[in-house]
Amino acid sequence: MAQTVDARQALPERELVPSPPVDLGAAVKWGLIAGMTAVFVSAIGMVQAFEVRSVVVGVDLGYLVLFGAALVFGYAAARPGEQLEGFLAPERGVRNVAAGLIAGLVGGAVLWLFVLLIGAVDIRSVFPSVSPQLRDLLTFGRGAGFAAAALIGGFGLVGALGGGIPVLPERIRAPLVNALAWVLAFGLFEDLFAQIFRGAKVPFLEDLLYQPGGGLSLVGALIVFVLFFAVYLSTASRRETVRSRIATMSPSERRRWVGVGLVVAIVILAVLPQILGNFLSEVFDLAGIFLMMALGLNIVVGYAGLLDLGYVAFFAVGAYTTAVLTSPGSPRWSPEMTFVAALPFIVLAAAMAGIMVGTPVLRMRGDYLAIVTLGFGEIARLLFLSDWLKPYFGGAQGILQIPPLELGPLTFRSSLDFFYPIYAFVLVFAYVSWALQNSRIGRGWMAMREDEPVAEVMGVDVVKAKLTAFVIGAILASFGGALFAHKIGSVFPHSFQILVSIVVLVIIIVGGIGSIPGVVVGALILVGAPELLREFAEFRYLIYGVLLIFMMLKKPEGFIPSRQRARELHQEEMMQDAWLRKEEEAAAAAGS
Amino acid sequence: MPLLETQGLTKVFGGLHAIDDLDLHIEEGEIVSVIGPNGAGKTTFFNLVSGMIQPDSGKILFEGIDLVGLAPHQILELGIARTFQNVRLFQNMTVLENAMVGQHARTRSGPIRAILRTPGFRAEEEAIRRKAEEALAFFGTRLIGYRLEQPAFVLSYANRRRLEIARAMATEPKLLLLDEPTAGMNPRETLELTELIARLRDEKGFTICLIEHDMRVVRGVSDRVICLDYGRKIAEGTYHEVATNERVIEAYLGTKAVEGV
Amino acid sequence: MTAASAAATGRGPSRFGFVKGFLWAVRILAVFGILWGSYFSITGGRLSFDQWKDLMVFGVAQGSVYALIALGYTMVYGVLGFINFAHGEVFMSGAMIGFFAANYLNQTGLWASQPFLSLFIVLLVCMTASTLVAVGVERVAYRPLRNAPRLIPLITSIGASFFLQYAFRGLFGAGVKSYPAVRALDGAWNVLGFRVIKTQGIVILAAVGMMVLLYLLVERTKTGRAMRAVAEDQEIARLMGVDVDRTIVTVFAVGGAMAGVAGLLWGLVFQQVFFFTGFLPGIKAFTSAVLGGIGNIVGAMVGGLVLGAVESIGPSLVLAGLGVPAAHQLKDVVAFLALVLVLVFRPTGIMGERLAEERA
Repeated sequence: MAQTVDARQALPERELVPSPPVDLGAAVKWGLIAGMTAVFVSAIGMVQAFEVRSVVVGVDLGYLVLFGAALVFGYAAARPGEQLEGFLAPERGVRNVAAGLIAGLVGGAVLWLFVLLIGAVDIRSVFPSVSPQLRDLLTFGRGAGFAAAALIGGFGLVGALGGGIPVLPERIRAPLVNALAWVLAFGLFEDLFAQIFRGAKVPFLEDLLYQPGGGLSLVGALIVFVLFFAVYLSTASRRETVRSRIATMSPSERRRWVGVGLVVAIVILAVLPQILGNFLSEVFDLAGIFLMMALGLNIVVGYAGLLDLGYVAFFAVGAYTTAVLTSPGSPRWSPEMTFVAALPFIVLAAAMAGIMVGTPVLRMRGDYLAIVTLGFGEIARLLFLSDWLKPYFGGAQGILQIPPLELGPLTFRSSLDFFYPIYAFVLVFAYVSWALQNSRIGRGWMAMREDEPVAEVMGVDVVKAKLTAFVIGAILASFGGALFAHKIGSVFPHSFQILVSIVVLVIIIVGGIGSIPGVVVGALILVGAPELLREFAEFRYLIYGVLLIFMMLKKPEGFIPSRQRARELHQEEMMQDAWLRKEEEAAAAAGS
Repeated sequence: MPLLETQGLTKVFGGLHAIDDLDLHIEEGEIVSVIGPNGAGKTTFFNLVSGMIQPDSGKILFEGIDLVGLAPHQILELGIARTFQNVRLFQNMTVLENAMVGQHARTRSGPIRAILRTPGFRAEEEAIRRKAEEALAFFGTRLIGYRLEQPAFVLSYANRRRLEIARAMATEPKLLLLDEPTAGMNPRETLELTELIARLRDEKGFTICLIEHDMRVVRGVSDRVICLDYGRKIAEGTYHEVATNERVIEAYLGTKAVEGV
Repeated sequence: MTAASAAATGRGPSRFGFVKGFLWAVRILAVFGILWGSYFSITGGRLSFDQWKDLMVFGVAQGSVYALIALGYTMVYGVLGFINFAHGEVFMSGAMIGFFAANYLNQTGLWASQPFLSLFIVLLVCMTASTLVAVGVERVAYRPLRNAPRLIPLITSIGASFFLQYAFRGLFGAGVKSYPAVRALDGAWNVLGFRVIKTQGIVILAAVGMMVLLYLLVERTKTGRAMRAVAEDQEIARLMGVDVDRTIVTVFAVGGAMAGVAGLLWGLVFQQVFFFTGFLPGIKAFTSAVLGGIGNIVGAMVGGLVLGAVESIGPSLVLAGLGVPAAHQLKDVVAFLALVLVLVFRPTGIMGERLAEERA
């Protein structure tokens, strides 16, 4: 880092200017956005649908979402701008809280106007969710006057809290936000945690944390909050040292730690389904199948940079090949193979499908590739659905009677059983992803993703690289399809809609394109959570859409990015350039 | 037989002859500079040789093999590597990975060996890494050490140019095409790079063809200078012969004066 | 060794790869399949000449709806260089909001007593709704990404597409909504021997009219000149005093308005609208834009009409001739295959303007 230090010293001393204060006028704008959001979530029926889930001390999810708008946009209104070069760090104080308060008050007022509107006019014939029940919810059952006070006051208060977040010192802020997030998670996923406590034979924890009507009790919320707050606070300082330790580890030492981590992961995976029981295993199975697909698509999109929107086609090919080869109910030809015997054919079929889809799109630019692969995805589904291929694939009736999964002497029937093969494949896929990433072919893909013409000039055979990516992606997806077919016991064209492709894409984008841990966490949360929270199902794709937009606008690298693209790196670059300019000037001065 | 030879090479962009019936040759072990005013077709010439665009007519012979119609990676495999005028690195890959990509065409292991991590694969990876580091080490300490693991986008401008040359070196070429290697460098760095280009030929045995605007560099390194104007060769010879050639001076005066004469 | 002998002995790497072979096989297979299928369909006499003509008219009517939507894709692509995946939903929002207007007018009785006035009112509603949605999406989702690599706004637009679909589902319910029938448009006209059902005729006329208007707007007005300037080079246009942001908003607004018109026409022809209505017509309109040469306004019109006709006639003509049962089920497959084949055969499209293939 010697050069950087030089650069810092070489920078000229400059007078620092105070950063502009938080814009209170903009807070009104944020308030309007908060209000519109609150009206929107009410009008689409979210507040009502979420009323059934009590999260913390009897507060239900509907109200949490409603007032969450005030919190989020209060924070947005109060957030100081980025510190620009040559400016003092922005001040944080009462003004931030005031901005949050203003945003909250304005938002509450907008929502109150909405309440007045739906009290005066019946618009149910157009907006079916805007019902008297919704009005009751928004007025807390006590009329418009009370609603005015409760909504505007409540929004203002919550907005001010949101505005207060940036004011807290950094040391407190991160643990506080994280601990609150955990309280929310414990409240939302009561089913999961309660089952874990029961499965782990500590049922008293369930009684301690949760109240009978559902949701965290006051004591429970406090316990969770204090616990996680303490953990985050005490580990905050140590996290840096651990990170630098990992960075300086020798390869053999690192390998040992990876080994330890792997053993721990396997032990957890071995015990987990026993604790979870059948119902929750089902949720994890589904997430696992999506995870398998996401790891495959991650190779195609994340490594090779090919935006494949028809990925579900390969999933379908895997599922249908399995169905035809293993099911006695296969319409035309049923060899009734075992899974193991069918496996080579599944791989072959998937590889061929990969080549069929991959070859025509090779020379297409990225966005055309996306739409054409989307077309292929639909073609696959329509063909499986058609009367033309009905004698082979059963048309809309699909193929039934797919036997349970057999691997040697083991037979997997229940959701609980299926957890093991699915997550065994997930482990293998994660390893495959890692192995490919750190290899000649992986570097070729990444070079191609970064700059295709240059990669080609540097010796990467892009035709071969793209086809390899498509074929490997297809094979991984087809394994997902095969397990899916065995698990469900039947396949229908209906299961292979374009939505599946989009869900997988959302997983890898939210998790972090190219990042294996990101993909894992993304799949577990984005697929697992809606399964656990049934009332989410209706709004799932709406939320995915919002997530896609949000990620591209604010965090295109994902929540768990593949490579630390930390800001200080950019700063170092700036420093160096400044240093270079100075050198140049000095040289020019010396030369003249 | 010359290492590289073009015969009647022509490339037309929308009615404009970017390269017009060009015949030139580069002998093994030479350092040849291609000069000419802006828009003379120098970079188009590099793009044609490296296969990024296809000529409308004519031949490009490299060791007797016609390159026309070959894919860029095939041309690289035959032994031609290049750099770019506007530095095109793989920004989000590390310095080491950038150089390692250079070895792609010289190695063979595919996905199956990568997944199984066979001994052959490990040995090959080791060799790729060694060769990449060797290429990077050619620039002294500027690209090695802690820099190896940094993403390319954090490098300074001069270091990016160096990394681009290292990446080309790692492909083990016979002919190295450098497109304005000193553009944007300060005088000290330019001088350093001029010496380095000579060392590239003397120590590594590359034949080098460079496009250059800085006449001090051209004078410093070239065995032979070729001047292009409107896609045609208007002069060829030693630096002195070309620099005093009437047509060259005329071509330059139309756009900008010859520097450093 | 001389160059000639090197070439003669075939020394050096191969110039003919697997991909070239594969694509040639696809080309040959496609041509052969189309000829073969058509031959058998026509000689087999499965459909009468009048039936072919009816299919043709229906195809053109459907194609003019595609063409109107395609204009939005092609204009945005021409100016900003990315695929606005959410444009199908812009069309859907027009059709959906238009339904509520039509339904209201139907209840008041105006729809029956003053059909053309009602249609005009609904048309304005559709256009307004679609325009607002298009401009809103641009403001929220695309403007912050003006200089991002083109896949980023594409992914954003996929997000916007899903958001709009499910927002409309949440707001207006998941059920299918049926436009009231226009009694005044029952029956058919006879045009040059073609039996043209009146609604289809109106759709074709309206679409052609809108396209002519748009063409005049782009080619003859100051706004149109600004659009073309921004499409050519944003920076230069800015330097020349064009308000780039405003021009881009105009492009989205005009594209949205066209999609709104398409929304009403869709309501007239197919009568049914629900939140997923925008998806397939959206992709097909994109295909039309590619077919005609994306970025090219006249191309989008031609592409839409061609795709509509191909989709309508193709299954019966080619697939049925090849012995595929229930070929009409595969009309979407035909449309998607058309997209693939166009990109394989002629990536510049019929009218050819911008390349789909990578430029080195």
